Amino acid sequence: MRFTWFNLMPWRWMPDDFRETNRSVWVDIDQRLFDPVRGHALYNEYMDMLEFAATLGFDGIGVNEHHQNGYGLMPSPNLIAAALARRTSKAALVVLGNSIALYNPPIRVAEEFAMLDVISGGRLVAGFPVGTSMDTNYCYGTIPALTREKYAEAHELIMRAWREEKPFAFNGRHTKLRYVNLWPKPLQKPHPPVHIPGGGSVETYDFCIDHTYSYSYLSFTGYLRAKTLMQGYWDRVAARNAADDSPYRAGFAQTVCVADTDAEAERLYGPHVSYFYNRCLHIYPGFADAPGYRTVKTIQSGALAQYGRPVFANLSWKDLTEGGHIIAGSPETVRQRLEDLIRTLRVGNLFLLLQVGDMPKDKCMHSTKLFAERVMPKLRNMWPDYADDDRFWCHPLAHPVAPAPIIREPEPAA
Amino acid sequence: MITVRTIATHHANVQCLEGGSGADLVFLHDAGGVTPAHPFLLRLSERFCVHAPLLPGFGGSDDAPSVRDMLDVTLHCFDVIEALGLSRPLLVGHSLGGMIASEMAAVAPNDVERLCLIAPAGLWLDEHPIPDVFSMLPAQFPPLLFHDPEAGAAMMTAGVRMDDPAFLIPFLVTNARQLGMAGKFLFPIPERGLHERLYRIKARTMLLWGQSDRLIPLAYAEAFRAGIAGAELVVLPEAGHMVTLEQPEAVAAAIARFGAAPG
Repeated sequence: MRFTWFNLMPWRWMPDDFRETNRSVWVDIDQRLFDPVRGHALYNEYMDMLEFAATLGFDGIGVNEHHQNGYGLMPSPNLIAAALARRTSKAALVVLGNSIALYNPPIRVAEEFAMLDVISGGRLVAGFPVGTSMDTNYCYGTIPALTREKYAEAHELIMRAWREEKPFAFNGRHTKLRYVNLWPKPLQKPHPPVHIPGGGSVETYDFCIDHTYSYSYLSFTGYLRAKTLMQGYWDRVAARNAADDSPYRAGFAQTVCVADTDAEAERLYGPHVSYFYNRCLHIYPGFADAPGYRTVKTIQSGALAQYGRPVFANLSWKDLTEGGHIIAGSPETVRQRLEDLIRTLRVGNLFLLLQVGDMPKDKCMHSTKLFAERVMPKLRNMWPDYADDDRFWCHPLAHPVAPAPIIREPEPAA
Repeated sequence: MITVRTIATHHANVQCLEGGSGADLVFLHDAGGVTPAHPFLLRLSERFCVHAPLLPGFGGSDDAPSVRDMLDVTLHCFDVIEALGLSRPLLVGHSLGGMIASEMAAVAPNDVERLCLIAPAGLWLDEHPIPDVFSMLPAQFPPLLFHDPEAGAAMMTAGVRMDDPAFLIPFLVTNARQLGMAGKFLFPIPERGLHERLYRIKARTMLLWGQSDRLIPLAYAEAFRAGIAGAELVVLPEAGHMVTLEQPEAVAAAIARFGAAPG
């Protein structure tokens, strides 16, 4: 198993009446809720936590990209990853990822990811999401019906830029470049491993299978609801005659809270989980799915879901734990449920959301430490038959350099 | 009586609603599409030989992924007129259709002689931002689109409650497909540089607006009038953006007067 400590970087000061006074946590959130002085502390605190997780033996530390979003402070995950590269040495930098249709020209992603890979000594795991409709269409103005076409073209450009060794001309529909000549190139050859966050479309399954990319399902509704979707992926892996069905072809994000006992978990983390599900996920339904972003076929299967009542409203701790939205409790409870998750979804990559909502640093570190010491070791070897499968993970340098101590000019002689 | 036929074009097979007799009139619909039972088409067909092609992705027309931008759809509509065998028909467009019709008249000024623009999209005034229809829930449409929201909602749903799944599911699916296509020209800002080309229009032009249009307010009528030489403006009372639904007879009569006027 590979464990990534994943941080969304939620804003922690959305008021109690946030749902009543705000239409949406995303896109048109009230800017006055953001306080840059608090933000200064919070960014640093979140990076402290990511670095702390790296010291505890997590395989990776993870960041992602969202825009105008109360539960995500990372319009540019690459900036955070660059900072993390300097104060961590072994953990993979899992950037899950860059919404490549939004970068103009998308060669920017090839460059920045190459920089991250080189600076970190080959520790980059590169994610290429299509991006949510909120980010891609409403915040960044991409025409919904052209989003996937732009994505496909950006992907082609980035991969060619990483692989090819001479300048080439790229005559895309959305991007035209006379001299593509990437400088620097990534350290990992031919390119860093790629993970694709997806939401259940067959096209994305096939895209991952055909390119040997890992398929990641990043949902907040937990593993019980993810079974159908992930089974759809594995059925497709079989139907497409993939070379193998290694669990490392798949990843899953799960909210996890660990305490000494189940009751203690509820006491410690209950309010923060409630903050996340009731405030952070308060998204105006009109932003959920711009017309043209999904195919008509996909919409026909679940047209009403997004317009129904908010899915997470008023869910209690019991609802959330029993429903598997979150996995919380004692180390043994969490181990059992995660074992069930790993087996039933058949995933080798687990992205753990151990910071939840407005959870402060001390509680987050407590939960993270218990997970690292009392849960992670017991789940480590769940897939012994695939222990050698390193296709979906980074390949760092054996002897990377460490940042040197800051050189101080000697005091001038008196 | 409006009939439907399918015509083949370079980009897609599209449906064309047709009826009536007299001078040829091509009607380009708004982002909500048009059906054979539309009262405005029926009224028009009492006065003209009406041809109302459905854009790709609308109604029974095929999707056309190769229609990506304003030029594509503008030329596609000329392709349709060509396929229909028409020569310089009276060109009428409503909202999105008005935007396309304006673009056609600007791109090929010698091929469009008479132009009727009903609350056309295509311009953007910072002082009068057009609301974002792409993020609206169904129940938010009637107050925006109609002078009389209650009567408008009844027209949208054919009397069914707006939150009734019998209305909502087909509405959402249809909307996703149609607005997905319309978004290529209207998302996220319904402006694709038309203001820089309006000067080219030679057609005799009538602008027609509902007085209480809250989607594309009357300020835009003035902007179009300022941009198109000699354009006349007709404002109809007790009508919003869906003036073709709220005042079908008055709109059709105004177009008939405009079509019959000499010169």
